[in-house]
Amino acid sequence: MLSIRGVGKRFGGLQVLQDVDIEVPGGAIFALIGPNGAGKTTVFNLVTGLLRPSSGTIAFQGRDLTGMAPHLITRMGIARTFQNIRIFPDMTLLENVMVGRHHLLDYGGLALLFATPAFREAERRSRERALELLSWVKLDHKAGATADNLSYGEQRKLEFARALATEPKLLLLDEPVAGMNPSEKAVLMEEIRNIRDRGYGVFLIEHDMRFVMNLCDRIAVLNFGRIIAEGAPEEIRSHPGVIEAYLGRGDEAEAVP
Amino acid sequence: MGSLADFWATYSTLVFTVGIHALLALSLWLTLSCGLLSLANAAFMGIGAYTAALLTLHLHWPFPAVLAAGAVAPAVVALVIGAPTLRLSGVYLAMATLAFGEMTRILILNLDITGGPEGLNGIPLATAWWHIALILAGAGYALARLRRSRLGRAFEAIREDEVAARLMGIHVEGHKLAAFTLGAILAGLAGALNAHFTFFISPREYGFENAVDILTMTILGGTSSLIGPVLGASILALLPELMRFLHAYRLAVNGLILIVVVLFLPTGLWDSRRLRQMLSDRRSRRGGKP
Amino acid sequence: MLEQQLINALTLGSVYALFALGFTLVFGVLEVINLSHGAVFMLGSYTAVTVMTRFKAPLSIGILAALLVSGLIGLAIDALILRRLRARHAPHLIPMIATIGVTTVLTSAAQGLFGVEVQRFPTEVLPTGEFVFGEVHLRTLELGIVGVAFLLMGLLFLVMRHTRQGRALRAIAESPKAAALLGINVEGLFMLTSFVAAALGGVAGVLIGLNFNAVTPMMGQPILHKGIAVVILGGMGDIRGALFGGLFLGFAEVLSKAYLSSQMGDAVAFGLLFLILLVRPVGLFGRVLERKA
Repeated sequence: MLSIRGVGKRFGGLQVLQDVDIEVPGGAIFALIGPNGAGKTTVFNLVTGLLRPSSGTIAFQGRDLTGMAPHLITRMGIARTFQNIRIFPDMTLLENVMVGRHHLLDYGGLALLFATPAFREAERRSRERALELLSWVKLDHKAGATADNLSYGEQRKLEFARALATEPKLLLLDEPVAGMNPSEKAVLMEEIRNIRDRGYGVFLIEHDMRFVMNLCDRIAVLNFGRIIAEGAPEEIRSHPGVIEAYLGRGDEAEAVP
Repeated sequence: MGSLADFWATYSTLVFTVGIHALLALSLWLTLSCGLLSLANAAFMGIGAYTAALLTLHLHWPFPAVLAAGAVAPAVVALVIGAPTLRLSGVYLAMATLAFGEMTRILILNLDITGGPEGLNGIPLATAWWHIALILAGAGYALARLRRSRLGRAFEAIREDEVAARLMGIHVEGHKLAAFTLGAILAGLAGALNAHFTFFISPREYGFENAVDILTMTILGGTSSLIGPVLGASILALLPELMRFLHAYRLAVNGLILIVVVLFLPTGLWDSRRLRQMLSDRRSRRGGKP
Repeated sequence: MLEQQLINALTLGSVYALFALGFTLVFGVLEVINLSHGAVFMLGSYTAVTVMTRFKAPLSIGILAALLVSGLIGLAIDALILRRLRARHAPHLIPMIATIGVTTVLTSAAQGLFGVEVQRFPTEVLPTGEFVFGEVHLRTLELGIVGVAFLLMGLLFLVMRHTRQGRALRAIAESPKAAALLGINVEGLFMLTSFVAAALGGVAGVLIGLNFNAVTPMMGQPILHKGIAVVILGGMGDIRGALFGGLFLGFAEVLSKAYLSSQMGDAVAFGLLFLILLVRPVGLFGRVLERKA
């Protein structure tokens, strides 16, 4: 579904990514892991159009999206959450999720000015969908609360619901369980499985190895800006290059859990 | 009925002024709602005023056409300078719009057609109270509808987090330009209406102090809802009337208000969130009593 | 004639640079766009005129008084207003709006205290005399203005480069939190910066007042706009930028006025400002408004 081919990125003199090839299939959970600073979030920034690749191409469902503006990439079906949560703090939960519906509401200036039936219908359906998504993450009872009053974990869930509101085909999750306790992680793991089962593709970045190994269908490993391994969890687990990247050479290296 | 006529005779100017100021405050509110601090609205008002006045004086166009032109002219300018200028953020945008405002004033000051420093005189009285009321009501209605639509949500999203907004499929540049241009239209209308009410306009009315005036009104009233700017405009228009001596010190009063509001009441007088909080506190206190 | 215009340009440009220096200093260290810098400039000029007219003081005392009074005003603005906003971590636009308020209050005060008519420096205390090179007249006054401006700017450069305080200020400009962790008295240096910046602005006011022999309450306005243009041209927060930008604007303005038209001269500043903002918002030497906490 998502083809990242030969992608490189340099910032001034620093080559942050080099020759990155990743194929993210649809209807599966794909993880990108790697030590801190390997360049994982940069990959997300490139895919979502916040950065341009210095070399290589990125294609989504056959369409080239290299250099496309971020809002157009979203409209093509790629949604994303952030490592440091970026919800809209002064808006309510419902409003936050409804912002995600923006490009799906196609009424124009005149319709909204005169509150035509088409406008009202579109808004009603949007609101319903937003509430539905909030119920998926068990936040519908707080729909009218202001977003910055939420706890950290709740804000993560809100961001998740908001991303789903854009009706993506591929969901990019940047460290979705960072800062969560084990029970919250288990819940989110189930949630992501549900999402995959509903037909969405999931592409995530994570540090929690157990989470990744238990959840994902395929994993790619990034180290110093290069892909050093790709495959099913069992392959990655025992891949010498991966172990070395995380634990260093010559250590009493345990296999990655 | 006689007392109403008396009231009107004495205070009609005031009502007109409040109406025009409210329009200006709303124009600034619109740009602020998208996260843009634009100090150009006084200049847009001037462009609208001069365009309208010149059309009336030289081409004798009918009033509605003149008003329309007064709205369109600043809109065109906004579209032209908006695209490159709105790429700037925060303080840089504020300063660029400040500079634009100064350039406009200098331009008006130096052109012959605008009458130079003496301005334009003898503009016929064409603005009736219901013009202002109608346009203000229309603007208020339009903005209220905008807030409850995807456009309003998009503006708010851009204001709170531009990057996240982009990733929601919102075309940030287009929306900013829309807010900027719509603000220019409102300011231009205010200028055109004002010109046909005060007989006389000069470059001095559309400079930095006027931009500060508009800013003060909007900040004082609060930007969380449409009521804020209208409230702020009313207060600032009424203040010199209530305290006559303040008229001379209008500048200082504006400044003090800005400082005090920024320091002690940053969300302005009318903050819907604070009011909701107060109401719910009161309700829970009442409910909590045995 | 060109040489004469160049002298005018240098005189004007050096004062623009001095003014912009104070402005950019506050931005670089406090990260605040202090739009009251123009008002402080104006009050410095009035201080000198008043001291020299009322108390028959010589020019040097006038300048010193301006320096002190302006500096204190800048300090007061920081202590009463900017400090509170810092404590609240208010976003950048808020302090700027507050300083707009300060400008109008100070301008109003000046109008009330001194009236709106143009005030002039008492002629007895003004240096007369000029050096004549062929057709070029270099007034002692102009020499003095350029001299004082460059003297102060030079002192500032030296302080920033070679003293402990200067290094501390540069550290704060990079990252106030890190500087605080290093034991630097960040708040104290903020106040010092406010004082120094305003003092420089006040002296610039005296110099411009002398150059045109005119002091009015509104004189802070155009200079503020030009200061903004200079600082954006040269780069916000960059001292060299303020110097080069100021000189550049001085030359651009004087030469435009002389060879194009008088009105063009004023518009030139804004045209340049606009252009630079569009092409390279960080200015020739500037850095992006992004501090690492």
